[in-house]
Amino acid sequence: MPPGIPLAPPQASTFAPGVDHLFLFLLGVTGSVAILVFVLIFIFAVKYRRRSPDEVPPRVHETMFLEVAWIGIPFLLMLVMFGWGAEIYYEEFHPPPGSLEIFVVGKQWMWKLQHPEGKREIDELHVPVGRPVKLTMTSEDVIHDFFIPAFRIKKDVLPGRYSSLWFEATKTGTYHFFCSQYCGTNHSEMKGWVVVMNPAEYQQWLSGGAGGETMEQAGARLFQKLACTNCHRSDNSGRAPTLVGVYGRPVKLVDGSTVMADDAYIRESILRPAARVAAGYQPIMPTFQGQVNEESILQLIAYIKSLKIPESPERMKAAP
Amino acid sequence: MSTLSVEEPEQAESRVHYLNVHYGVKSWLLTTDHKRIALLYLASITLFFLVGGSAAVLIRMNLLTPTGLLVEPATYNKLFSIHGIVMVFFFLIPSIPAVLGNFLVPLMIGARDLAFPKLNLLSWYVYIVGGLFTLYAVIAGGVDTGWTFYAPYSSTYSNTHVMAAALGVFITGFSSILTGLNFIVTIHKMRAPGMTWFRLPLFIWAMYATSVIFILGTPVIGITILLIALERAAHLGIFNPALGGDPLLFQHLFWFYSHPAVYIMILPAMGVESELITCFSKKRIFGYSFVAMSSLAIALLGFLVWAHHMFVAGVSMYAGMVFSILSYLVAVPSSVKVFNWTATLYKGSISYEAPMLYGMGFIGLFSMGGVTGMFLASLGMDVHVHDTYFVIAHFHYIMVGGAVMAYLGGIHFWWPKISGRMYPEGWARFSALIIFLGFNLTFFPQYILGYLGMPRRYPVYPPEFQVLNVMSTAGASILGVGYLIPLIYLIWSMRYGPVASSNPWGAKGLEWQAPSPPPTDNFEETPVVTAQAYDYPSREVEVA
Ligand code: HEC
Ligand SMILES: [Cu+2]
Ligand SMILES: [Cu+2]
Repeated sequence: MPPGIPLAPPQASTFAPGVDHLFLFLLGVTGSVAILVFVLIFIFAVKYRRRSPDEVPPRVHETMFLEVAWIGIPFLLMLVMFGWGAEIYYEEFHPPPGSLEIFVVGKQWMWKLQHPEGKREIDELHVPVGRPVKLTMTSEDVIHDFFIPAFRIKKDVLPGRYSSLWFEATKTGTYHFFCSQYCGTNHSEMKGWVVVMNPAEYQQWLSGGAGGETMEQAGARLFQKLACTNCHRSDNSGRAPTLVGVYGRPVKLVDGSTVMADDAYIRESILRPAARVAAGYQPIMPTFQGQVNEESILQLIAYIKSLKIPESPERMKAAP
Repeated sequence: MSTLSVEEPEQAESRVHYLNVHYGVKSWLLTTDHKRIALLYLASITLFFLVGGSAAVLIRMNLLTPTGLLVEPATYNKLFSIHGIVMVFFFLIPSIPAVLGNFLVPLMIGARDLAFPKLNLLSWYVYIVGGLFTLYAVIAGGVDTGWTFYAPYSSTYSNTHVMAAALGVFITGFSSILTGLNFIVTIHKMRAPGMTWFRLPLFIWAMYATSVIFILGTPVIGITILLIALERAAHLGIFNPALGGDPLLFQHLFWFYSHPAVYIMILPAMGVESELITCFSKKRIFGYSFVAMSSLAIALLGFLVWAHHMFVAGVSMYAGMVFSILSYLVAVPSSVKVFNWTATLYKGSISYEAPMLYGMGFIGLFSMGGVTGMFLASLGMDVHVHDTYFVIAHFHYIMVGGAVMAYLGGIHFWWPKISGRMYPEGWARFSALIIFLGFNLTFFPQYILGYLGMPRRYPVYPPEFQVLNVMSTAGASILGVGYLIPLIYLIWSMRYGPVASSNPWGAKGLEWQAPSPPPTDNFEETPVVTAQAYDYPSREVEVA
C-alpha cells in the first residue's frame, strides 16, 4: 500500500472495535484457508508439471475421509463466523433504554434531522459523546440509507415506515455519513457530517440558536391546529378514544385483535385511520394525508407520547 | 508441453462440416444446428459485452477525480445502470450456457442436436428482441435505476426509459427459460448408449443445474418486472407505500431470482473449470460425485438465501439470522469444488496451455470472491460493508474474475472444435496473464475502498478515496486491453490459425471424437460409451 492510505475508517462508536475484530478474524480464517489452497496449487503446479508428452500419472485413490473433512471443517468455522456476526447484529437491534432519540427524515436529496428539544438541522447530526443515541428514520419519497462508516452501522430508510439505528459515539470529532441506497440523480450528494461533541458542548449547542419550540410543543400546536381536539378529548368524552396514556399500550381493535400503540401505529392512524380501527368506535376519523408531512407526524407522535396518565386529579384538567 | 497434432490442411478444407455446409446470411439466420446457434449467440453476446464494457470504461474514467471527470451525475447513473443491465442479463447469464452449452451439450452426450432445435433458434430470436428493447432504452436517453430496479424509485420516481429496459429484461427471460427446458429434456432423453448419469462430464451436470435455475427462477423476475410496469403505468399500489404498496416485497421478489441468477453465472463456469483441470492434468477429477452433486446442491440451496441482500433493508432480526446461516450453507458446496480441483492436480501431469492458465486464474479469483462472501454473510460485518465498494469488488471477483475467466478458458479450450483452427498460443498466454493482473489491480483496491466506507453508485466522492480510485481505473485500462487481445487474435485465427486436429489436447469426452469442426450431424455413427468420464490412463502404484 502506498503510504498514507488508511485501511479502515476511524473507530468512533462502541460497535466499531467489535466489527473490526470480526473483520480481522474473518480475514485470518478465510485468508489462511485461501493461502493454503493457493500454496498447494503452486506446489502441485511446479512439482507435477508435465515433463514428457506421453507421461502417465499415477492413480490417486480418493478417500471419503478427505471429502468429509473439507466439508465439515469449513462448515464448523463458518458457524463461528455466523455466531459472531449474529451477536453484533443482535446488539444493533437493541438500543439501551433511555437512549437519546433523534428523528431523521430523508428525501431526495437531503437529510432533515430534529432533536426532541426542538433543534433542527440539515445534513448534519450533532450528538453527545458517550451516550446511546437512537435514530428514528423515515423517508418522504424513495428508499435511502443512513450509513456512518466510522460507527460501522447503516440502515435503510424507507418511505411509509420507521426504521431505527442506534450507536454510542466514543470519540469526539467529525465523521462522514452517506446515503448508501441508490436514490436517483444526486444520490452521491446526499451525505453529511456527524459531529460528536462533549456533553456540555452538546447542551450548549442544543440551547443555542433560534430553537424555541420543542418537538412536543410543536406537536401540541399541530394537534390544536388540525382540530384533533374536536374528537380526541382527554376525558374520553369525544367521539374518539382519548390519546392520554395510549402510547406504548396495547389497543383493542374492532376485529378483536390487539395492536401495540407504537410510532408506526400512530403514524398509520393519522394517515390511514380506516386501516385499523379501535374497538368501540366508528371509523369517522378523516385521513390527514397531504396535510401533514413526515416531520409533523413525528412531532404529533412526540406529543401523543408525552400524554401520560396523570397521577393527580387536578392535572387532568390541564391535559387536552 | 503437449505438441499439437495438426491435420493435413487439404483434408480439412475439402471436408464438409457445419461451417461450410451452407453459405449466406439466410443459412445462418434460419439454422437449427445447435453449433451454428451457439455462434449466433457468440457474436451477439460479444456485441453486448462491448456495450457493457464501454460503459464500464466511462464509469472508471469518471471516477478518476472526486468531482467526476467526464459526465454529470445523471449521466453517470445511466452508465452504471446500462453496464449492470447489459452485463448481467445480456452477457453473463447467456454467456457460457448459450454459447458453450449450446455447442457442447449435444456433442458431449453423443447426440445429434438438442431435443428441440427450432425452439433453440427461437430462444436466440427472443434474446435478440429483448436486447433490442434494452438498446432502444439506451439510445432513447437511457435508464437510471441500476440493474436492480429498486421500487419505488423505478416504479414511481425515475423519469427515464424504465419501461423499455425492463421489458427487454422481461423478454430475454423467456430465452433463458426455453434454453433451460431444451437442455433438461436433451440431457434426460438424448444421451448416447452407455452414457449413464454418472458418466456425464461435469460440464453437463453444471448445465443441468443451471437449467433448473433458469426454469424455476426466471418466471419470478418476469412477474416482478410486470408488477413494476403495472405500478408505473396503471398506478396500482404494489411496491410504493404512498399507493399502499410494500417496497420490501419488491426486494424479496427481485432477489428470489437474482441470487440464484448469480449461480446461473457461476455454475457453468465451474463446469468449464472441471473440464479444464482434468484435461490439462491428465487426471480423472478427484471426487466426481461430490463435484457433480455440489452443482445440484448449489442450485437448490441457492433459492433459500435471497434475503442476505436485505440485512439492512428492514427485515427482522430473526430473518437476518436465518438467511445468514443459510448463506453459509450454500458456501459449502462451492468450497468443496475448489478443494476437489486442487486435489485433482495432485500427482497429475500438468501442462500450461492458455486454457489452463485461464483455469488457474479462475480458481484464484473465484476463491478471493468466495472468501469475501464469507464476510458478507456474517451479519455484523455486512451491516458495515453492505452497499459499499466491498460488495462491488466481491461480486466482480465472482462474476468477472470467476465467470469471465472460465468463459475465456472454455472458448480457448474448445476453439479448435468450434472453428477448426488453433489460436496463437503465445498471445493467448500473454492475454491470460494481462487479464489476471489487470483484474486484481482494478478490483482489489475496491475492497479497501468499501471497508473505508465508499458507497456504491457514487459519481462524486470525498477526496480521501481518490488514490484507490485512480489505482482501480489504472487496472481497468490494463484489463480492457487484456480483453481486446483475444477478440483480435481469435477473429484472426478463424482464417489464419493453424488447422486443428480433432483432439489437439488429447482430451477425453465425446466432443473430441467428432472431427474439428464437426459435421452438421456431429457424429457419423452414434458413439457408444463404455467408460467413466475423464478416463485418462493412469499407472497403478502399489499402496500399502
Ligand atoms: C372526526 C373525528 C376525529 C378527528 C378529527 C381525529 N380523530 Fe383520531 N380517531 C377518531 C376515532 C373515532 C378513532 C377511533 C377509531 C379508529 O381507530 O379509527 C381515532 C383513532 C385515533 C388514534 C388511534 C387511537 C387508539 O386508541 O387506537 C390516533 C393515534 C388518532 N386517532 C390520532 C389523531 C390525530 C393525531 C388527529 C389530528 C391530526 C386525529 N386523530 C383527529 C376520530 C378522530
Ligand atoms: Cu438517498
Ligand atoms: Cu445473493
